[in-house]
Amino acid sequence: MAQDSATRTLISSAQLTRGRGRVIYWTVLAVVVVGFTLVFIGPLYWMVTGALKSGQEIAQTPPSLFPKDPQPQNYVDAWHNLDLAKLLFNTFYYATGAVLFQLVLDTAAAYSLSKLRPIFGNVILGLMLATLMIPAMVLIVPQYVTVIDLPILHLNLLDSPFAIWLPLVANAFNIFLLKRFFDSIPEDLMAAALVDGATPLRTLWSIILPMSRPILGVVSIFAVTAVWKDFLWPKLVMPSPETRTVSVGIYAFAGGTPMNVVIAASVIAAIPTVVIFLIFQRNIMSGLTTGGLKG
Amino acid sequence: MAITTVPGTTRQPGRFPTPHPPGSRRTSLGRKVRDNLSGHAFLIGAVACFAVFSWYPMIRGVVMSFQRTRRGETTWVGWDNYARIVADPSFWTAWKNTFYFTFLALVLGYAVPFFVAILLNEFRHAKGYLRILVYLPVMLPPASALFLFKFYAYDPSEAGLFNAVLAALHLPTSEWMQSPRMTMPAMVLASTWMNMGSAVLIYLAALQNIPGDLYEAAELDGAGIWRRIRHVTIPQTRLILALLAMMQIVATMQLFIEPLILANGAGTGDSATSVAYLIYQHGFFQNDLNGAAALGVIMLVVLAGFSAGYLRLTAKQD
Repeated sequence: MAQDSATRTLISSAQLTRGRGRVIYWTVLAVVVVGFTLVFIGPLYWMVTGALKSGQEIAQTPPSLFPKDPQPQNYVDAWHNLDLAKLLFNTFYYATGAVLFQLVLDTAAAYSLSKLRPIFGNVILGLMLATLMIPAMVLIVPQYVTVIDLPILHLNLLDSPFAIWLPLVANAFNIFLLKRFFDSIPEDLMAAALVDGATPLRTLWSIILPMSRPILGVVSIFAVTAVWKDFLWPKLVMPSPETRTVSVGIYAFAGGTPMNVVIAASVIAAIPTVVIFLIFQRNIMSGLTTGGLKG
Repeated sequence: MAITTVPGTTRQPGRFPTPHPPGSRRTSLGRKVRDNLSGHAFLIGAVACFAVFSWYPMIRGVVMSFQRTRRGETTWVGWDNYARIVADPSFWTAWKNTFYFTFLALVLGYAVPFFVAILLNEFRHAKGYLRILVYLPVMLPPASALFLFKFYAYDPSEAGLFNAVLAALHLPTSEWMQSPRMTMPAMVLASTWMNMGSAVLIYLAALQNIPGDLYEAAELDGAGIWRRIRHVTIPQTRLILALLAMMQIVATMQLFIEPLILANGAGTGDSATSVAYLIYQHGFFQNDLNGAAALGVIMLVVLAGFSAGYLRLTAKQD
């Protein structure tokens, strides 16, 4: 039944399932599937297999499609020479902390702005959303200066994970996403809780959060991938080799390391985000689109 | 990358409903104060982070651009930092390169995702697979993806992926990053490959919201595919098209990691230097944080001016 009422798009289904339309449809589909696979998986295949080739093989023309004499040693070298275990652990640690800080502080803020609505709440929300307009590169220098000498406290956060965690809390997009979701939770539920004498914290914990699992999942996934993909900020605030993230670590070693080993390290660095994506692709895609489009 | 949302109409919920206990005015006032206090208590963590890492740096950036710090001593220097930055021989090149990149990225990275989305939206099969493919590069750490391009795809000999393909098709090969002329197109290509997935997904969502009867009606009126795209698809997604154009321009104007990794910063003959890279150079290599802050302010003014102009232009069309 639902199949029949599939929404009509640019070209009607009838036209695509009959005669000439059908031939064209399947031809275009085949071309696109093959083309897209080549364009989007091809480079990844090249990367994974290229890192298995010897230095000689990688320089030969024309290049070989399969490694003739696979050298898994490149991956082993990458793991040991770049101390990838350490780099991956650091990145994982920063990502986990970022998720926790964002979940706790951004959720609390969005809950307050959506349901408690204290005085000046809208002004605060406006100021938060205004930061979406400021390009990150513009702020990089004053943010760095702030982090090396925190106002009032005069702490230096260089090489401290807080230098990654706390600035990520100032994420207006998260607050916007969470607030919109909370806005859609009926007020009656809040009123009922209030009549029962529940405190705001209790209401958040036992009513709002259990209903918000999907959006909390989306925020968490975005937090992890943001930390994993970020480059310039961790490069600046994590200057010592012991605290580097994986992307920055590979970049730092790229100069003096054989090309194949750098690529092997890049492959290993990319595995976690690709795996997260393949597991959570449904959540990620819905978060990307419905977050803004559903009222 | 956070270019992911589309503002729409937010339904404003009523205030947190406060039942009125049959108490005096004083208790209701006390209750109000208490409600407000708890509301602000929930906000304080996030507000503190915004204040320290976002709002304060914004002001600090402007202040810094008029100061000079030398050996721990800070003095006001008026427009000196701006004068020094503008006098940098790379200043105009960096702007020229950045605009060129933005322009090329707009031509390639803006139209392509829209048509890819239209195409995918027509498919009755393999849609999920294609969507995953397009978004996959977005999930790669940019550094990983760019090393792939740098070492394997843009190898200037025929051992490189792109040159091997070109040679196999008997087309002229290219020196890619080694050639000042190809530097920008090569960076745009890599950047588009890495980033177009999110735009495609946002367009796909927008396309799914177009009422089918509009196409139906247009078809009955004898409109072909192109005319349906022009008169139905584009007007129906105009808001999102306009929004993404703006977000993409703001994002591409901040071009940084592509020149840093693909071109080792400046590239052959300064062909890759971008404004963001110049900020990084001044701030963190030439020990000139104040000059870098000034360049940041210039960038902000240019982008704000651009956005304002763009908003006026799109508002006029309505």
